[in-house]
Amino acid sequence: MTDTQRSQGLHLGVIALLAAAFFILPTYHVGNLSRIMVLAIYAIGYNFLFGYTGLLSLGHALFFAAGMYGLGLSMELFDLSAAPALIVGLASALVVSAVIGFLALRTSGVSFMIVTLMFAQAGYLTILYFGSYTRGDEGFVIPQADRAMFGFDLSNDTTRYFAALLLFSICFLAVARLVQSPFGRTLIAIRENEERARMLGYNTVSHKLKAVIISGTISGLAGAAYALLFGYAGATFATVQYSIFPLLWVLLGGAGTTIGPLIGVIFMFYLIDLSSSITSAYMLIAGVVLVLLTLFAPQGLAGELRKRVFKWMP
Amino acid sequence: MDAMNILSTKGLTKAYGGIKANTDIDFVLPRGKTMALIGPNGAGKSTFVGMLCGRIPATSGDVFFEGQNINALAAHQRISLGIAYTFQITSVFAGLSLHENVALAARRRLGTDTAAVNAKVADVLARVGLTERTDQIAGDLSYGHQRLLEIAMGLAQDPRLFILDEPTQGLADSEVADFIALINALAGETTILLIEHNMHVVMQTAAYITVLNGGEILAAGTPDEIHANEAVQAAYLGTTTNA
Ligand SMILES: Nc1ncnc2c1ncn2[C@@H]1O[C@H](COP(=O)(O)OP(=O)(O)OP(=O)(O)O)[C@@H](O)[C@H]1O
Ligand SMILES: [Mg+2]
Repeated sequence: MTDTQRSQGLHLGVIALLAAAFFILPTYHVGNLSRIMVLAIYAIGYNFLFGYTGLLSLGHALFFAAGMYGLGLSMELFDLSAAPALIVGLASALVVSAVIGFLALRTSGVSFMIVTLMFAQAGYLTILYFGSYTRGDEGFVIPQADRAMFGFDLSNDTTRYFAALLLFSICFLAVARLVQSPFGRTLIAIRENEERARMLGYNTVSHKLKAVIISGTISGLAGAAYALLFGYAGATFATVQYSIFPLLWVLLGGAGTTIGPLIGVIFMFYLIDLSSSITSAYMLIAGVVLVLLTLFAPQGLAGELRKRVFKWMP
Repeated sequence: MDAMNILSTKGLTKAYGGIKANTDIDFVLPRGKTMALIGPNGAGKSTFVGMLCGRIPATSGDVFFEGQNINALAAHQRISLGIAYTFQITSVFAGLSLHENVALAARRRLGTDTAAVNAKVADVLARVGLTERTDQIAGDLSYGHQRLLEIAMGLAQDPRLFILDEPTQGLADSEVADFIALINALAGETTILLIEHNMHVVMQTAAYITVLNGGEILAAGTPDEIHANEAVQAAYLGTTTNA
């Protein structure tokens, strides 16, 4: 088996496992998994920029929110149906990430982190400012009747699960393919040594801009899917916290690995879920586990697996 | 279009604040030949080639490549015209395999043609003697091997002009001998601009020598001419070699 076949097998296996989980797991976990898969799309988008291109953004909540509000507001204010609203969500995230990328890429390193953080904060304040439309922190519910696409009722648990799986699979496979393409390999080269990549004749600025746009648009898809499948859009999703989450997921799961984002989201979701059932100081337990992982598995779960066992893992 | 010279500069100058690292350099590089650029530490050699390939922005002056003024071109665009560059301080993709390092260099020109890229990678790794290490991680190589890898990355671009900044620094004697053979095998095929402190390498490879001193050209000519030049003797050769 070649490495390419192995990684294809791995990716299809993960998708098959998720599909099987629906039939095997109790309802409670199936509900969790729908949410996890949507958040994993967000993590995949984040990982594309952080894990593969080496750019650490602290403002991805802005892209998530652009997708969420692009879809939510166009349904709420302009009565669009779900499918065109999803397109609006994607387009908003694309435009926002292009603009932010263009501006923020004039900086690098810590300045890039700060600039993206500031932009996201400005985005959050904008959502609050237009509270008469967005209803600010309180947010708004997308009526169940509107949450349907191509004749499927997306508020139904089964369709929701498979819609989330479908979107997740598309992003998962597309990004896996992309990072192994010449374009993706150039991004990895930029992550490893930008100056060398530039002096091999690659336009690193335009590569990084494309990476921001792809990453931001995938994150926006996650935001739009979240609003559509769970019927709610609110400004909490635009807060700093939602910019930090994908960083944590990706660090835990394994930055620069294709399956890391999913693993990170599952791990963190159940870490909080389990520890909060034991004690009210659940964030303390979560924090300790995070510190331990950073100490003993600095490359994240999938990253350590790749280092120790499956060297071929993409 | 200059049939004889692949590259030339007019009044090329670099100032760092008040300090001039390069002053008014007029330079011509004959096509298909190996030119050595020599001079004491701090003479401005790296600054000069940095301005040729666009890595260091010039303060004033012009650079012409194949008769075209390339002042306005960014570094990656100059590289795309066929200028390959190796850094004085080795710069490879330390976390990636040798194969991927060289493939990245080859891919910019060969694109998605995987077979052609793989053939190129195998070819140039063989030329620098790193074939058995194809699958190793570049960061695990010895310093000398990393230098050879960087040379391989230059070769993989099939450059029209290959600029090497002190490539033999840190190489073992046997590797230096191989390097001389490699450069001489490229002569005629590619124009080479070689910054070199090792006078043995210079004498064995260069058809022409340019001597930089204090940011200015002190002398230029064939090795014999340079050897006979008294100013050069005084400033540089006399103190470092008796070849
Ligand atoms: N970024 C910089 N800022 C300020 N001064 C610089 C900078 N880079 C180089 N210089 C100065 O410019 C002069 C020329 O430096 P350069 O690196 O070109 O010399 P060189 O001939 O390559 O020397 P070496 O043989 O040591 O590599 C030196 O005096 C150096 O200190
Ligand atoms: Mg130098």
